[in-house]
Amino acid sequence: MNAPANLPGTAADCGPAQPLRQRGQHEVFCGLTSIIWLHRKMQDAFFLVVGSRTCAHLMQSAAGVMIFAEPRFATAVIDERDLAGMADVHEELDKVVAKLLSRRPDIRLLVLVGSCPSEVIKLDLAKAAERQGALHGPAVRFLHYSGSGIETTFTQGEDNFLAALVENLPAEPADAKPSLIIAGALADVVEDQFRRIFEALGLGPISFLPPRSSTALPHVGPNTRLLLAQPFLGEMAKTLERRGARHLMAPFPLGEEGTTAWLKAAADAFGIEPGRFAAITGPGRARAKLAVEKSRPTLEGKRIFFFPDSQLEPAMARFLHRELGCDIVEIGTPFLHRHHLAGEFELLPDNVFVSEGQDVDRQLDRCRAQKPDLVVCGMGLANPLEAEGIATKWSIELVFTPVQGYEQAGDLAELFVRPFARRERLKVSA
Amino acid sequence: MQLTVWTYEGPPHVGAMRIAASMRGVHFVLHAPQGDTYADLLFTMIERRSTRPPVTYTTFQARDLGSDTAEIFKTACREAVERFRPDAVLVGASCTAELIQDNPGGLAAALNLDIPVVNLELPSYQKKENWGAAETFYRLVRAFAPAPVGVAAARTPGRVCNILGPASLGFRHRDDIVEVRKLVESLGVTINVVAPLGASVADLARLPEADFNIVLYPEIGGVTADWLKRNHGQPFVAIQPIGALATEAFVEAVAKAAGIKAQDIPETRSRLPWYSRSVDSTYLTGKRVFIFGDATHAVAAAHIAAKELGFTVCGLGTYSREFAREVRAAAAEYGVEPLISDDHLAVEDAIISAQPELVLGTQMERHVAKRLRIPCAVISSPVHVQDFPARYSPQMGVEGANVIFDSWVHPLMMGLEEHLLHMFRDDFEFNDTAQPSHLSQGAPAAASAQEEHAAAAGSPLIEVPATLQWADEAERELKKIPFFVRGKARRNTERFASENGLRTITLETLYDAKAHFSR
Repeated sequence: MNAPANLPGTAADCGPAQPLRQRGQHEVFCGLTSIIWLHRKMQDAFFLVVGSRTCAHLMQSAAGVMIFAEPRFATAVIDERDLAGMADVHEELDKVVAKLLSRRPDIRLLVLVGSCPSEVIKLDLAKAAERQGALHGPAVRFLHYSGSGIETTFTQGEDNFLAALVENLPAEPADAKPSLIIAGALADVVEDQFRRIFEALGLGPISFLPPRSSTALPHVGPNTRLLLAQPFLGEMAKTLERRGARHLMAPFPLGEEGTTAWLKAAADAFGIEPGRFAAITGPGRARAKLAVEKSRPTLEGKRIFFFPDSQLEPAMARFLHRELGCDIVEIGTPFLHRHHLAGEFELLPDNVFVSEGQDVDRQLDRCRAQKPDLVVCGMGLANPLEAEGIATKWSIELVFTPVQGYEQAGDLAELFVRPFARRERLKVSA
Repeated sequence: MQLTVWTYEGPPHVGAMRIAASMRGVHFVLHAPQGDTYADLLFTMIERRSTRPPVTYTTFQARDLGSDTAEIFKTACREAVERFRPDAVLVGASCTAELIQDNPGGLAAALNLDIPVVNLELPSYQKKENWGAAETFYRLVRAFAPAPVGVAAARTPGRVCNILGPASLGFRHRDDIVEVRKLVESLGVTINVVAPLGASVADLARLPEADFNIVLYPEIGGVTADWLKRNHGQPFVAIQPIGALATEAFVEAVAKAAGIKAQDIPETRSRLPWYSRSVDSTYLTGKRVFIFGDATHAVAAAHIAAKELGFTVCGLGTYSREFAREVRAAAAEYGVEPLISDDHLAVEDAIISAQPELVLGTQMERHVAKRLRIPCAVISSPVHVQDFPARYSPQMGVEGANVIFDSWVHPLMMGLEEHLLHMFRDDFEFNDTAQPSHLSQGAPAAASAQEEHAAAAGSPLIEVPATLQWADEAERELKKIPFFVRGKARRNTERFASENGLRTITLETLYDAKAHFSR
């Protein structure tokens, strides 16, 4: 069951085509955690996890640093009466939903989110969503998806949510002009920047998924083009492609190079003339290069090790390698979508070490043996590694900070500079 | 099924983790799906622990459910024991694993490990975190300090004690244990073992050597103290030294259990009694205070509020159902209706209807109080990173009483300030929605719209030509920048524009400046 521990130097063949796969403890969040940004992004949606006390505790612990006075998520905690069959789970859920809607009459979309316990007891949330729709529709719409840890890792929760959402997109009219859907939650400010660039290019109509309002859904069909702003949207892309949309392959919009290639994929699909593309993107490209260049002296030649977290790891590694001259020791990623990431790996060295999934203890062994200059990892590992003298960057910050696009390229580089700059400043030793 | 936004306690396996993480040489193998590892960050982030908690998760996935999750557990358990070489291993299941009924105890026994295995039954759909911690501690003590055959002999008072209950992620347990140790040792009493915090399984085996036990935190140590009394004949002191009066009572009780005569008890005095009697504290008289937390801290807070600070208790409650009786008794003493609930929405409603002037609660009540603009101090877990302050900040003993006086009184308006507020209600800078002046530094979260405006306006560091204009689009974009850095962004952009001889600040200028000034 366990692959032999791959020690440094002996596993050069663990590239993107054949990543190292070890089974063991995964030190990652489950898909429920995506709700932490989804509930802010979509302002009339509410996410109701149907799960256990652990789910509720996870949500508040993971979101602990940013407790909102009134979050747009909650947990319907299953108790022993539900499990013993003394209470009809569906009736119980009816009560919870009714209570919730009376408390929050502003909700337009209620999303039932499956968890590990609800999956294991085979609670039919599709049926539940349908029932609730009959009870509270059409004023409130209902969706369901699974964010359970037995099926999803962290950002895959957003993938499943968007896949459920796009099932409901209206079909495009027969004579529809080509349109563009940009998928993957982005910070509002980043979305606005991209919108301006696309409008300047004269490309569109464009729409972003998830939308800020649950009622602003684009139509989809054979004239729809799909551009992924995030690398973790395999299920959603499949669903849209099934409905006729054509996926535009590109690297992801991180750094100057990634952003340009990403915009170019859309521009080419819409037949934008290269001169125009260069003119529109020129100033942004120059600014991004200028801003990133400032971080290069600190980061050049630094050896970086990624623990798996959000699936952003290959794109981050590409940015650090290409634009800042970092050496990539290992790209750990929870799931490797080879097709969607092909553009990233083309820009990385052929022999870059890739691992998919995790056995955290063995990965820590590799990490310590490699002595990287910087480890990108989650919050469960960061302080212990710092205490061992290894510099770390919390990967969660890469998900919760606006990092995409030209105007954020410098900020992204700076996030990786900060651990070094901090060590430079501090004269106290722990 | 219960609608829950925030919870006061985690599931019981998190309680078990807290015991494992408190002790030395104990490893916990938890049958759990991926994602349950979030609990590690309670220790590494909230408590800023420098090592990973000693827990191995099996991380089973949906595709394993049909096949062999039991084999996954056995592999994880065997490998964890080989890798970490603990003195003892705890095994248990989280909520999802409980449903698949793999029986971790039986599986671990089948491995024939060369170290003791303690099996935990943690009913996730009935019980919660504190119960899980108390149960785990009790199971460990039973395993390593087994009951002697026959009836336990009655003990005579002696000068050796154990301290039971302090644990990882406990509210100020880290500092309380230092303070209580000082207090107990000042009486000439020797501390045999403190557990679970810092104890090894060998220490647990030595527990029966003490003459009596001190229960520092009944939510975790109570069950074990009862068992030790029944089976090893050890009496226990059940008073927690929180507040000046309780500290005196605690010292008396410890002295009695140790057979120390009253005249031999050294005097212990905090500053709280005099600070409370000094005229400056007059304004505290009769302030209505709402109290909610775990049972130990809530009951203690009510006593201190009423008897040591002269407040009026207008609400008292707990989320610790196991200790509802104690909280009901205290509520009866102050003539309020007890609130026994783990539904924070019910607590919020109770706070609103009680109309308190001060809330003493958990981090959740802090949020409610913030929303209602009522001063608040945190007195109980669930813990937050702020509950692990860098400074020494106990709640128990002499210094604990001093800390409590400061931390409960400081959120309130100073006496004269409050009077002036009533006199000059309409002053635009000085009204009842303004923060107390001495709190402006300490209350960043309550930044008002005015402050935001002031921060955004900033003060020009360089001469900005009057002709410099902001394009509407750029102005709107500027507003998207968080307000606390907006002033700086505005100044930098204007400086950049004037240095470059621009007359209108466009979006391009804004981002050109951002790139120019980026570090």
